[in-house]
Amino acid sequence: MWEHFAHQADIGIRGIGATLEEAFAEAAYALMAVMCNPQKVRPLEPVSVSVQMDDRELLLAEWLNQILYEADTRKMFFSRFEVKISGDTLSGVLWGERMDPVRHEAAVEAKAATYQMLKVAFEDGRWIAQCVVDV
Amino acid sequence: MDRKLVKRRDEYRWLIERTGKMHVDGLIFASESLIAEMDDMVARQVANVACLPGIVGYSYAMPDAHWGYGFCIGGVAAFDPDKGGVISAGGVGFDIACGVRTMHTGLKEKDFLPHRERIADALFRHIPAGVGSTGKIALSIPKLDEVLAGGAVWAVQQGFGTADDLRFIESGGRVAGADPSKVSDEAKKRQREEMGTLGSGNHYLEIQKVEEIYDPQTAAAFGLEEGDIKISIHCGSRGLGHQIGTDYLKKMATAAREAGIELAERELACAPLKSEVGRSYLGAMRSGINCALANRQILMHLVREVFEKEMPGAQIRLLYDVSHNTCQEEEHEIDGRLCRLFVHRKGATRAWGPGHPGLPAEYRSVGQPVLIGGTMGTASYILVGTKEAESLSLSSSCHGAGRQMSRTAATKRWHGKEIIRNLQGRGILIRSASMRGLAEEAPGAYKDVSEVVEVSDKAGLARKVAKLVPLVCIKG
Repeated sequence: MWEHFAHQADIGIRGIGATLEEAFAEAAYALMAVMCNPQKVRPLEPVSVSVQMDDRELLLAEWLNQILYEADTRKMFFSRFEVKISGDTLSGVLWGERMDPVRHEAAVEAKAATYQMLKVAFEDGRWIAQCVVDV
Repeated sequence: MDRKLVKRRDEYRWLIERTGKMHVDGLIFASESLIAEMDDMVARQVANVACLPGIVGYSYAMPDAHWGYGFCIGGVAAFDPDKGGVISAGGVGFDIACGVRTMHTGLKEKDFLPHRERIADALFRHIPAGVGSTGKIALSIPKLDEVLAGGAVWAVQQGFGTADDLRFIESGGRVAGADPSKVSDEAKKRQREEMGTLGSGNHYLEIQKVEEIYDPQTAAAFGLEEGDIKISIHCGSRGLGHQIGTDYLKKMATAAREAGIELAERELACAPLKSEVGRSYLGAMRSGINCALANRQILMHLVREVFEKEMPGAQIRLLYDVSHNTCQEEEHEIDGRLCRLFVHRKGATRAWGPGHPGLPAEYRSVGQPVLIGGTMGTASYILVGTKEAESLSLSSSCHGAGRQMSRTAATKRWHGKEIIRNLQGRGILIRSASMRGLAEEAPGAYKDVSEVVEVSDKAGLARKVAKLVPLVCIKG
């Protein structure tokens, strides 16, 4: 499950899941939903990524920023995310296709996942992974 | 804003008195109504910045201030390297040297209006805008290093514009001290295909009409007359700047911890100016500024190409180009002593007063043009820097209309097609790559820029010269 939350200048993204990995994957989907309509993005091509950070919250920011980097340099949108977290390392696979602004209902570029309202926590029996995105 | 957080100093200045770990007072420029609308977070962020090492003067917020990351948007803060002063990536922002460039066309409204549809379509076709758009030139990494070192000067050498353009760009079109070796390969890869692109979100290209002149003498010096057609571009350093921001925010989080700097929030991450990370960021950030200056220069060239083909009588000349997300090395008088300071302006415009040696000869007697962008449905303003702003705000002024509604709320309230129709009814043509993007940028989602400009004028930060209204707006 994912959602966007209001922030005056920008937009907040929140991934919610039964596991930490699921929350990170949902947060990635929420990030893509800032930029386009991920329901229209076919998971045709995989891109493997790996990021490392000794702080779980900074690991979330790093993961999201790596997705922005891959999207920007490959001109791809993604709609499916596989996440494995082991210690301080996240290994992920992003599935998506080349950007088609019309078909993917492109909205806005995300400049960065920020440390504003950055939070990874287990609350009320579920994991949440959130931050504000600068657009 | 909770009035208990600030103490009124005079009609347009509100003080946050030094308490706890603050090294200086906070100072917010606002009217009664602007302060009422401001989020409490602005006061908190102004106070947090006042706690950073080596800050001098005040921790300032301009009249358009709103809740940002670490620093508020509209925040200004100067640091003295000799007093342990720091530099902060968050204090510049992710879109390094985002700014406004305004151009003359030599056309009057009556000459332009019959061609409006055709020009709007031609600009929309010719200028890459929107998510995933790429420029007409692809650069290798070594070539990109030349851009980062050379800025708009590089662009002119490549044939994108004339040497005369450079005189009307802040810092002559190129800031010194850029060090492309301090910019990551990732940042460079993001930029390889993005030179000469407009971007998305609040970035735009507008054809505007000068609707009202407030200060005829300065307007004459700037070349502004009622009924003139001008063109303004609002954009920044694209993927390169965003990646530099991301890279150095991370590095500075570690650097701050190692330097024993306590941070009230993570986005305040910073490094001493006299440290390896601090010096590296300066070299990288200045590369980002040059990237933005080159980008806007190429965009101006694309505008010229369109007009040469579609309206050969037009004369596209630069009025001015100024950035509003920077950290610049400047001299200012603090407590009667001239100091070399590093001034962060995040969503704030440098506004030099008359006589400043950094101004082109044409403007030196009146002051610097201060270019304030509005929304696609309202107005933009040109102001002029004042002498008194030097002591008031380290020669800083507002930068534009801040948002008052979140993007999520805006898309629930408006639809892109409806916005286009409404604006067309008011004589404003919109060309956009994204209907959802348009809804997020609906004029109603922004504060009224006129009030912000009025307060900047009355507080003495910069004086109103002219009001410009949009006729055509190209959005990403």
